[in-house]
Amino acid sequence: MSSDRTTDHTGRSGVSRRGLLFGGAVAGIGAAAAVGADVLLNRSQPESASSRSRDAAAALHGNETVDYYGTHQAGIATTPQAHATFVALDLHAETDRAALRRMMQILTEDAARLTQGEPALADSEPELVTVPARLTVTFGFGPEFVTRAAGSGALPAWLGPLPAFTIDRLEAAWNDGDLLLQIASDDAFTVAHATRMLLKDARSFASVRWTQAGFRRAIGSEKPGTTMRNLFGQVDGTTNPSPDDDDFAQLVWANGGWLAGGTSFVLRRTHMNLDKWDRLDRSGREQSVGRTLANGAPLTGVHEHDEPEFEAKTSIGFPVIPEFSHIRRARSENTDERIFRRAYNYDHAPAGAEISDSGLLFVSYQADVTKQFVPIQRRLDELDLLNEWTTPIGSAVFAIPPGCAEGGYIGETLLA
Amino acid sequence: MHARNSQTTFLALTAAALIALTGCSASAGSPEESTAPAAPAGDSVDMVNGWVKAADSGMSAAFGDLENTGTSDVTVVSVDTEASSALELHETVENETGEMIMREKTDGFTISAGESLSLEPGGNHIMLMDLTNPIQAGDEITFTLTFSDDSTSEFTVPAKDYAGANENYEGGEEMDMDGMDMGEDMNMDEDTDMGGHSE
Repeated sequence: MSSDRTTDHTGRSGVSRRGLLFGGAVAGIGAAAAVGADVLLNRSQPESASSRSRDAAAALHGNETVDYYGTHQAGIATTPQAHATFVALDLHAETDRAALRRMMQILTEDAARLTQGEPALADSEPELVTVPARLTVTFGFGPEFVTRAAGSGALPAWLGPLPAFTIDRLEAAWNDGDLLLQIASDDAFTVAHATRMLLKDARSFASVRWTQAGFRRAIGSEKPGTTMRNLFGQVDGTTNPSPDDDDFAQLVWANGGWLAGGTSFVLRRTHMNLDKWDRLDRSGREQSVGRTLANGAPLTGVHEHDEPEFEAKTSIGFPVIPEFSHIRRARSENTDERIFRRAYNYDHAPAGAEISDSGLLFVSYQADVTKQFVPIQRRLDELDLLNEWTTPIGSAVFAIPPGCAEGGYIGETLLA
Repeated sequence: MHARNSQTTFLALTAAALIALTGCSASAGSPEESTAPAAPAGDSVDMVNGWVKAADSGMSAAFGDLENTGTSDVTVVSVDTEASSALELHETVENETGEMIMREKTDGFTISAGESLSLEPGGNHIMLMDLTNPIQAGDEITFTLTFSDDSTSEFTVPAKDYAGANENYEGGEEMDMDGMDMGEDMNMDEDTDMGGHSE
């Protein structure tokens, strides 16, 4: 939760406001009041209507841009934008190495322009690019792309479908792909135009396999840095590494070969059965994860970022954080088995008798899928009470090549 | 990143430097040299945001902003590229029936000093009349502009997959127009439009 984080980073008002309002008694108060506290703490300072209108000009975010060129592609260590669309494409049969190079040169140029608020070349709606709102475009390559570009010898060992997990109910429509476009912005309108522009320039070379769109809180709705919630209401991602961490580079960026400065991308489309979740009471919901719903604190703690005490027992001798809980199962003794998450929620029109079709686009980046992602997923596959309500229905892995300098293009370490 | 005007720019800078030197010596005591010839037009024109429409055969067109960074007006009188056996400078105008048509601009494109001429779908453009090879998306195509003072300027632009730029061509009566809506809708199918035309 941001109040903790903000305090950590700036030493400002988060805790003192909490202390003032609740005297440190958050853990003892009722659930409804705790929700109120959480909402209040994450919101920007209450303001009168007149002060809001005074600050209206300062609150515009549309002009903000994220640098495009660099060692790493943007859109990974970038603070997650409010909206993201993930598109996987299948290469046409005739798209050979030379065509891949032409495609990546064109797409790189499009991305470089659009992210800086400039129309792409031949952009037939140039007026739509003037609000980049931190637009990033991140490219990823599937095994077929890498093989056509540089032969199977260039394939990272982990690039391909994940091992089968017993919890998986994968639908082919959401799996795999040859080329990934991750298009993210704080403005969904901007995402729509950028997606269309990029797909127009990709259609000579590839066709759309799947598109998955997700959202987080709108920019300005809560303090920057607030850990996202998923549609179960859970604070989701408390222990996620931060790009400011000393070991972030080691965890995320690949080194050596054409992938140096790149990373790996895993997208698990995870359906969340909200109708079933509705039947679970609040304490059951908290036990399934091992954290409070109010602020995401471990069941042994008070604040979101308190370290869980897995040894703590209840008065009758049961673990406070159950053995089957998600945070206990997800955590490894081996600190190398960590991943960097950048998830988005989805919420589509329901079919049949259900009243929602919702879930999580679980997205993670890690230097090595096999060493970092797979061990975690194996443990959750073996035991995680949350599996009762969540089902992976799509799975895709891509290699994310490094960034490029101006004049270069994404994929040049494979295609040049 | 695709436009390659570095050589032209270098020449323009060199020319500017020479003019500066000439001007210097002129003021030092040779008044008759003050009428130094203007820099070649080709040295002061850059193509910015240029692109060419990908096409399998027949006709295509190139677009972008031609910037005249010099102090004299310049006129583009012709353009060449290995990608097409014939090229024309085109303008798009309304004909007597109210239809927007494109036709050759025989007096060339004049770009005022310090100004930019926009070449765009539905407006002025460089017409590739007969492609020698397919232009594929992402190809880089080099063009040479020739100016009224016989100077030249070269630029290279990428090919883009573009569904528009299908304006009626005045000289294209021999095109197969069957079944095409010639009213407001100018979105002709590429196959029956550019691809079906030969000069």
